Amino acid sequence: MARLIADRIGHLLLVLWVVTTLTFLLFRLMPGDPTLNFLSPSFTGETRAALLHGFGLDKPIWEQYLIYLGQLLHGNFGQSFLQNAPVSQILWDALPNTVILTLVSLCLAYAFGIVAGAFLAFRRGGLAEAVAIPVALATRAAPEFWLGMLLLALFAFQLGWFPTDGAVSPGGSLGSLGQRLLSGDFWWHLCLPALTLTLFLQGLPLLLMRATMLEVLNDEFIVMARMKGLSRWSIVIRHAARNALLPVVTAFALGLGASVGGNVVIETVFAWPGIGRVLVQAVQGADYPVAQGAFIVIAFVLVVMNTMADLAYALLDPRVSVGARR
Amino acid sequence: MRCSIPGCRSVRAARPVLRFLRDEPFAAVGAAIYAVIVAMAVFAPELAPYDPRAILRDGHRIARYLPISAAHWLGTTAGGHDVLSQLIYGARTALEVGLTAAVAVVAIGTLLGLLAGYLGGWVDKLVTRLADVVLGLPFLPFMLVLAALTAPGVRVVIVSVALLLWPNTARVIRSQVLSLRERAWVEAARVTGCSTGRIMFVHVLPQVLPLAALYGSVAIGWAILAEAAASFLGFGDPDSISWGVMLQNAYANQALGRGAWNWFTPPGLAIVLMVLAGFLISRGSEKLLFPRLAEP
Repeated sequence: MARLIADRIGHLLLVLWVVTTLTFLLFRLMPGDPTLNFLSPSFTGETRAALLHGFGLDKPIWEQYLIYLGQLLHGNFGQSFLQNAPVSQILWDALPNTVILTLVSLCLAYAFGIVAGAFLAFRRGGLAEAVAIPVALATRAAPEFWLGMLLLALFAFQLGWFPTDGAVSPGGSLGSLGQRLLSGDFWWHLCLPALTLTLFLQGLPLLLMRATMLEVLNDEFIVMARMKGLSRWSIVIRHAARNALLPVVTAFALGLGASVGGNVVIETVFAWPGIGRVLVQAVQGADYPVAQGAFIVIAFVLVVMNTMADLAYALLDPRVSVGARR
Repeated sequence: MRCSIPGCRSVRAARPVLRFLRDEPFAAVGAAIYAVIVAMAVFAPELAPYDPRAILRDGHRIARYLPISAAHWLGTTAGGHDVLSQLIYGARTALEVGLTAAVAVVAIGTLLGLLAGYLGGWVDKLVTRLADVVLGLPFLPFMLVLAALTAPGVRVVIVSVALLLWPNTARVIRSQVLSLRERAWVEAARVTGCSTGRIMFVHVLPQVLPLAALYGSVAIGWAILAEAAASFLGFGDPDSISWGVMLQNAYANQALGRGAWNWFTPPGLAIVLMVLAGFLISRGSEKLLFPRLAEP
């Protein structure tokens, strides 16, 4: 088991290195003058030269690359063009909002999906199944931002139950993370974006839970439990559901990684001040250091969660863990 | 040299397709949705009541935000365009983006899966490592950055989909090829002296093509969702008429605040139906949606 973990972490570091290198190449070797990507065209010639020197952009590319890696290791992403702040600070301000939105939605979606999926597997072939499966598939087929638009139009504009955008009411300020978590206003603003994301995400755990439950219910140990005369509910909850949960747990980890990047559109619809919106605004405003930093952070979260999912699968799979115990 | 091994013969395509549709009612519904969308795209000029780009007039004023009526079945937009006509022409963009991207994804995924599965060894390792790196690149952010660094538009969408979404297809094709290469007729081809390349592309490839096509139908959906997201975020082609651009226009012109449901509901529904059709066509959609988990 220790070897597996070491192997996965080594693999994680390799992928992270390749991804950061690709990002470096993507931002610097694109057609056109790379310095234009990193220096605002509005700078004068002298400031430009001074900044080029300051950024180390007059150095050969391999030296720039080494500096880039060194700075990344120190958590330094450079300075924003548009805002007078270091990129790392902008990203750190935005990341918690994205994480809160994602975690709340994922937990709601998985709680609902697991229960509904188990129920559907239990009641196989019923009317509930004929309705629920196409609906679950349809929510996965819908563009997230369109779901958000429908909810906005209905609950925010038509009914006025929820605010239309942002994370604080006009005149308020976001405050520290602790203040945010304690502020009712913040949670009130979170409702619609979280509901949208939950709707979008619940289809996967539902379908997955149903599929694995159906598989598990046909397994030998369930037949055994039935032969022992255990009650139906005891079989479903204590024996089948526990085993069917494994792939769902893995999907949760994968979903967390993918959502942080995928939230780009939902955060834009609701003007939610998360890292996805930071990326979109940076890209639209040609604020390349911020765009690069946001991209790297999102990719890091994705890669780390992919590894966690792999590890979770290996750790939780009874076949693997039984083997390890012996 | 001509061989008479089963994989050699061309597949009689029509019969299995019909049988598939009869046995899989979900797939039949999906195919019917595709048929309608293809018809919309092909006959767009005949079907659309107005020129989708024409700014319509209502007396002297531009016909903005008209509700649903006999003249405009789905009303008009803020710019005085007919929503139904845009919706019908949008099918063209959707098919164009969806099919191009799907063909690209399936071609890359199938080729890499075939090479990795059949050749094994370092090729297999290389492809697996490559897939891991690609899975570590977040899709939408990658597309945004690529659009910002090159030029916004449909091409970026297709390139991003092709570059980032092949690992799923490759994984499944690879495991399929792993089992196919052990079959007797592959062995027979090897013994009769067929070259490795010939066995791979003439004998094994046709066997995995149906599976690849199923993945393609899902990839069409991903590509359309990607185009919609790119358009919505302002990185689409603003001059094209697509469902994503329609939604972006509606959002940017306060259609939500005005309650112009007739404007922003239909394009979204069209996207849902088209993506759903892909899911329905691919049997056992649960597994296809999450191939990572299908093989422990």
